[in-house]
Amino acid sequence: MATQEAKFKVIGTRPIRHDGVDKVTGRARYGADINLPGLLHGKVLRSPHAHARIKSIDVSAAAALPGVKAVITSADFPKLKSGVVPLGELAMNPLYMSMNLLAHDKVLYDGHAVAAVAATSPHIAEEAVKLIKVEYEVLPHVQDVRSAMKEDAPILLPDVRTSGAPEKSDKQTNIASQVRFARGDLDVGFKAADIVVEREFNTAMVHQGYIEPHNAVAQYNADGQATIWTSTQGAFTARDQCGLVLGIPASSIKVVPAEIGGGFGGKIPIYLEPLALLLSKKSGKPVKLVMSRGEVLRATGPTPGSHIRVKMGANKAGKITAAQVWMAYEAGAFPGSPVGAGCMTILAPYDLENLQIDGFDVLVNKPKTAAYRAPGATNAAMGAETVIDELAEKLGIDPLEFRRINGAKEGTAQPAGPKYLRIGYLETVEAAKNSAHYKSPLPKVSGKLVGRGVASGFWFNAGFQSSATVNINTDGTANVVTGSPDIGGSRASCAMIAAEVLGLKAEEVHPVVADTESIGHTDMTGGSRVTFATGYAVYEAAQDAVNQLKQRAATLWKAKPEEVVFQDGVVSRTTNGQESMSLKELAGKLPRAGGPVGGRASVNPRGVGPAFATHVVDVAVDPETGKVDILRYTATQDVGKAVHPSYVEGQMQGAVAQGVGWALNEEYFYDEKGTLRNAGFLDYRVPTCLDLPMIETILIEVPNPGHPIGIRGVGEVPIVPPPAAIANAIYRAVGVRMTELPMSPPKVAKAVLEKK
Amino acid sequence: MEAQPEHKFKVIGTRPIRHDGVDKVTGRARYGADISLPGMLHAKVLRSPHAHARIKAIDASVARALSGVKAVITGADFPDVPPEMVQIGENFVNARNLSMNIMARDKVLYDGHAVAAVAATSPHIAEEAVKLIKVEYEVLPHVQNVLAAMKDDASVLHPDLRTGGTAEKSDKQTNVANQVRFARGDLEAGFAAAEVIAEREFNTAMVHQGYIEPHNAVAQYNQDGRSTIWVSTQGSFAIRELCGHILQMNRGDIKVVPAEIGGGFGGKTTVYLEPLALLLSKKTGRPVKMVMTRNEVLRATGPTSGSHIRVKVGANKEGKITAAQVWMAYEAGAYPGSPIAVGCMTVLAPYDIDNLQIDGFDVVLNKPKTAAYRAPGATNAAFATETVVDEIVEKLGIDPLEFRRINGAKEGTAQPAGPQFRRIGNLETVEAIKNSPHYQSPLQKSHDGKLRGRGVASGFWINAGFQSSAIVSINTDGTANVVTGSPDIGGTRASCAMIAAEVLGLKAEEVHPVVADTESIGHTDTTGGSRVTFATGYAVYEAAQDAVNQLKQRAATLWKAKPDDVVYQDGVVSCTTNGHESMTLRELAGRLPRAGGPVTGRASMTPRGVGPAFTTHVVDVEVDAETGKVDILRYTAAQDVGKAVHPSYVEGQIQGGVSQGVGWALNEEYYYDENGLMRNTGFLDYRMPTTLDLPMIETILVEVANPGHPIGIRGVGEVPIVPPPAAIANAIYRAVGVRMTELPMSPPKVCKAIAEKR
Amino acid sequence: MATVFIPALLRKLTGGKDRTSATGATLRELINDLDRQFPGFRDRVVEHGDLAGSVAVSINGEVITGGLAEPVPTDSEIHFVPAIAGG
Repeated sequence: MATQEAKFKVIGTRPIRHDGVDKVTGRARYGADINLPGLLHGKVLRSPHAHARIKSIDVSAAAALPGVKAVITSADFPKLKSGVVPLGELAMNPLYMSMNLLAHDKVLYDGHAVAAVAATSPHIAEEAVKLIKVEYEVLPHVQDVRSAMKEDAPILLPDVRTSGAPEKSDKQTNIASQVRFARGDLDVGFKAADIVVEREFNTAMVHQGYIEPHNAVAQYNADGQATIWTSTQGAFTARDQCGLVLGIPASSIKVVPAEIGGGFGGKIPIYLEPLALLLSKKSGKPVKLVMSRGEVLRATGPTPGSHIRVKMGANKAGKITAAQVWMAYEAGAFPGSPVGAGCMTILAPYDLENLQIDGFDVLVNKPKTAAYRAPGATNAAMGAETVIDELAEKLGIDPLEFRRINGAKEGTAQPAGPKYLRIGYLETVEAAKNSAHYKSPLPKVSGKLVGRGVASGFWFNAGFQSSATVNINTDGTANVVTGSPDIGGSRASCAMIAAEVLGLKAEEVHPVVADTESIGHTDMTGGSRVTFATGYAVYEAAQDAVNQLKQRAATLWKAKPEEVVFQDGVVSRTTNGQESMSLKELAGKLPRAGGPVGGRASVNPRGVGPAFATHVVDVAVDPETGKVDILRYTATQDVGKAVHPSYVEGQMQGAVAQGVGWALNEEYFYDEKGTLRNAGFLDYRVPTCLDLPMIETILIEVPNPGHPIGIRGVGEVPIVPPPAAIANAIYRAVGVRMTELPMSPPKVAKAVLEKK
Repeated sequence: MEAQPEHKFKVIGTRPIRHDGVDKVTGRARYGADISLPGMLHAKVLRSPHAHARIKAIDASVARALSGVKAVITGADFPDVPPEMVQIGENFVNARNLSMNIMARDKVLYDGHAVAAVAATSPHIAEEAVKLIKVEYEVLPHVQNVLAAMKDDASVLHPDLRTGGTAEKSDKQTNVANQVRFARGDLEAGFAAAEVIAEREFNTAMVHQGYIEPHNAVAQYNQDGRSTIWVSTQGSFAIRELCGHILQMNRGDIKVVPAEIGGGFGGKTTVYLEPLALLLSKKTGRPVKMVMTRNEVLRATGPTSGSHIRVKVGANKEGKITAAQVWMAYEAGAYPGSPIAVGCMTVLAPYDIDNLQIDGFDVVLNKPKTAAYRAPGATNAAFATETVVDEIVEKLGIDPLEFRRINGAKEGTAQPAGPQFRRIGNLETVEAIKNSPHYQSPLQKSHDGKLRGRGVASGFWINAGFQSSAIVSINTDGTANVVTGSPDIGGTRASCAMIAAEVLGLKAEEVHPVVADTESIGHTDTTGGSRVTFATGYAVYEAAQDAVNQLKQRAATLWKAKPDDVVYQDGVVSCTTNGHESMTLRELAGRLPRAGGPVTGRASMTPRGVGPAFTTHVVDVEVDAETGKVDILRYTAAQDVGKAVHPSYVEGQIQGGVSQGVGWALNEEYYYDENGLMRNTGFLDYRMPTTLDLPMIETILVEVANPGHPIGIRGVGEVPIVPPPAAIANAIYRAVGVRMTELPMSPPKVCKAIAEKR
Repeated sequence: MATVFIPALLRKLTGGKDRTSATGATLRELINDLDRQFPGFRDRVVEHGDLAGSVAVSINGEVITGGLAEPVPTDSEIHFVPAIAGG
């Protein structure tokens, strides 16, 4: 289906993004910029405890404060039954969603929302929140996965039973679910090994760290129709979730997606939207809620900390003979960590006959985790890729050569079973091998020890549902309407795809991200799906428009549609080819050729193409302080077909930057009371440009056979290898294997000391 | 695609609450003037104090120096626009004239003509600054009466103007912009065969649509050449076209977001403020907001033409019309383009006439450029014909309705313009009035000696088709959204949603109608010509069918059946083969993710088969012979509405049309003094009827399905304004015995006429 | 053969004839035939290659939307009428 040698005119070029000027001039309207007449401002009261029973809530003093218009607690939510309902391709438990939005009988983590107030000013709302009296009975808390898995651990949710467990049990537990992938014979495999490596890893809970805090403005109308303006990755997903937790028809809610200041997976769930809606319903006025950074870190969805054990064996020839993985992920206060994805990705780059992977989804007294760029894959890769590096080292094989020997290719069975179609993993290994970076000698840094590490990464990418319309303007330009909030330059890629089909310049196509009433259902922006799936819908919609344009031209020429060809923005007639018209000309004639032209498509495309990446990094370690500096970084990746290479490179550089933060600095730090102690960007340190070199990128284009243009998702996989690559580089520098994230100066210094 | 009158509808014909109702009654609907952007500037316009003058010099230096002023523009800031004709729907607009109308160049042509505009940090500073602009005028002789303007020695507005249309080309300077003629048969023979002949001259005053919401526009020009305009308009796509031509910008680079609209009636189909705001935003780099005062709306936007009309009609003993001759001249205002052609097409349209001649003239004069107003050109024309017809009827001693039955146009009758009518409901409306309780009941005697009379009149309107696009998307809970590009000035959100609901088997409340901006929906022509429920509704019907076909395919996928084995009815898909399974739309919607994905239907079209509208009205009036004041006692309107999608809103359209017609008949007029300045530029002096001036208007909906529409829909919004002035004039005659030949029939005029009769 | 009704102001061209017969599979061909019969006819109804903006054409009672390419059925009745919009 993919036309590898197809000559593209627009795809592959680097036009200026359509939303660029709006963003650099401050005209783009973000969620917090929304203002409505009579707008009220809301604030949320949050739990000071990691785990406690709510004995009583007294809001009378708050409600009495002048300027306060409404106060809500979980009592204002409809009663919901526990149970999983499908949301597009996602599955959600409305009861747990509701319990996370406003604590019901118990608070389950520091920052858990307890009540919310709407008042005429944010300051009055803040005052009022302080006047709410909550009586707590503090309960023992548990925040570490392995302790939480113990028989005698404090139980977060009494009704939870382990789903997917080998034998049914009616014991209360914090283990929400269990997965296993196994094939071949481990014993045989490990017996065949000349060398076996086994290690344990711990990784910390980290946050996406998007710059724009969560926000929502809601307006509930007397006729039961509501509108929500919010910064979200999925307007339709937000609508459906609000409908579920509030027990109202999703379609009575219109969600208008605002411009979004970063999401990375963290803006798929809802936090403020239903509260704003309830407050608006109670007060009869529009209500605005905006989180502080403290609230974002304490109470939104970070990605899990984890405990991972990896055991691998290989023979002298460098072939992996067996691999065993045991991994437990923090779900946070409610079920739903990405441990399944972790299990499916951890060994995915390799061709393995004997393997067993066990995964556990574990409740702990921390915020409910959410998606974060390739959720579950990065900490998994930290485990697998450092063990691989150790095997390669012990066998004296170049780590890239080792990957070439064991690397997955077309036809290789994934750990989860299915065989890969055409993939570009080995091409990324090859590209890293031949890169200027890998070929160059290690730089010297006085007083510091330097090392070079490599690691690979895998991500599935997603498909899901998308809709698009393509309308032809009277001047022959076009508009593209989609329902996919643009978190990574997808306005540009969608416009370019339409421009390619219509033979227009990218600048001649105007991309619009529409609200939930103005475009067909479109699943959330996530799983690196938009340029693939929404782009697919745009491609189909543009083709639909082209077919209509041919019919119109045929009408004008009294020809049959099949006698008309459309190419490079020109319609011409095959029989007596002298008749031809530019799209601009034709557009002007449409009123008398049968009317305007609008193409549409709604798709749920298959043929998703997974992504692979291989990274090389040079580090310098200060043995005194344990501080690690990134000297040089090169990322190679199979990007399928790069629609806009600059933005693909941007995605890779951004993800590597986040991966470096995850590797070296970022972690949720809880004190003994279970209270988050670094709830701000001063203490929760994400890397700045001062911490990073220019990140070099190598784009490898192995077209996805399942997409007409060969597109693969590109946004997530580049975050997967960095922690492992850096750990491997640190080892080569100072000879210690780091098994904890973050590899912060104290930990590195300690490891270096212990080695001496 | 034949309409099925006997078809049983489940939603169409019911009366659900309009989807935009709550927003409007709770004040949540966002009108143009509610738009506010960060860093927004406010702009005001300097307007001409003369009816006709040459601009010798404009000095804006003092205004520019005023602190807070960010930009001043004059005609010099506008690009030269080639005199090309821009197609707006089927209408062609001269972009160059339009550009000169929104900002005068070398001459001002009417009182209120825009001369300069100022953008400042507050409306007050802008107002101050406007006063500081010095303009040097050389006042020229002005002409404001059509007959005077047609004279050879009349002061000429446009030296380059030549009489156009299908008239013979001539090279004389003139104020006659266009000439139309319809003629057939033999007039002389026709009048010779006549038993009675009536001939009269009529004068009607220029009147305004009087929408409550003044014109407004907020424009934001971006450094990358893209811009956005928020505006109260009947046609967001038209605004985009016109701004593009006037400012010589790519239309595709302009996004127009139609705000909620507080009345249009045809007056919001063109541009006044939009290009000014856009140009000011370009100059200042900031968003600019402009809102007119009522005074500006009346002086400088588009009212409808005053006119001079002569009508001569002959009929034989049997009451058959033997010949009719009409001569009519319409005020175009300062630039060509009165609705004269429509006047000619409608003036005799309700009747079957073998011998006729109609001559029409489009005349420019020193008044604001006219714009469309509800059945443009038809009301004043009907005022003339229908009173002359009433006189014939009286002379022959025939019942006026019986006379219309004898002469009324029906299917197959040739229109004055030539084409034959297809199925129409003219006679049905006559019959409906004849049988109405109102017409059947005797005229009540007045207790205090005031004189009472009853009059009837008929009206015709062509209705329009044009281009429309629609998208119908299915929600995950089985409800639907309908997206169109037609601003809702008459309840069309409701009618479009109901049409989709009918096709999808949903409740009206389960369909959410959205009026989208120019980037979010395919090209859609202006809301006008009573076209939206017909044409946009047609696109919605097709888009919903498109969605239904996809739903069948999805169900077929789930059932492993062929799409043709799946039937869709009343919101349920069922399989005619394997197992005869069935599913509600709600169930199917939930399973779409695994059945091939979401469902979106679309249609873009230029529907034909427009069905014209006919109506007949009866009115009882009471005349105070002392003061000449006319009171409406009772009013009944019968109209062929094709198929009433939402009867309440159809009735609302009829009642609204009649109210405006009553104002036109009795009170409203543009009053200019000898200097050519308008003297009644507010609603105190330009008096529109209030509820105190009107009885409850009774309506009779006659449904003669339009064969050219799948649901039988005809446009309904315009025709009800056509008969009122004539019907009231006829009633006044029956009351006091004088034939009124001038609009408005205000107390002084009625008083004078009565006095002269004595 | 289509029956074409001549607009009153064009009847000078037709020597007063108010209707005539013309042939043409499309409106363009038909107008060309009319112009052959009555030289100058085309210039009065056609502007830069398309129907003049002020002119609409009714074929068998229906105002057409196909412009000069509009097919003309045999024996149709054709009228040239003013193009109009409305409020």
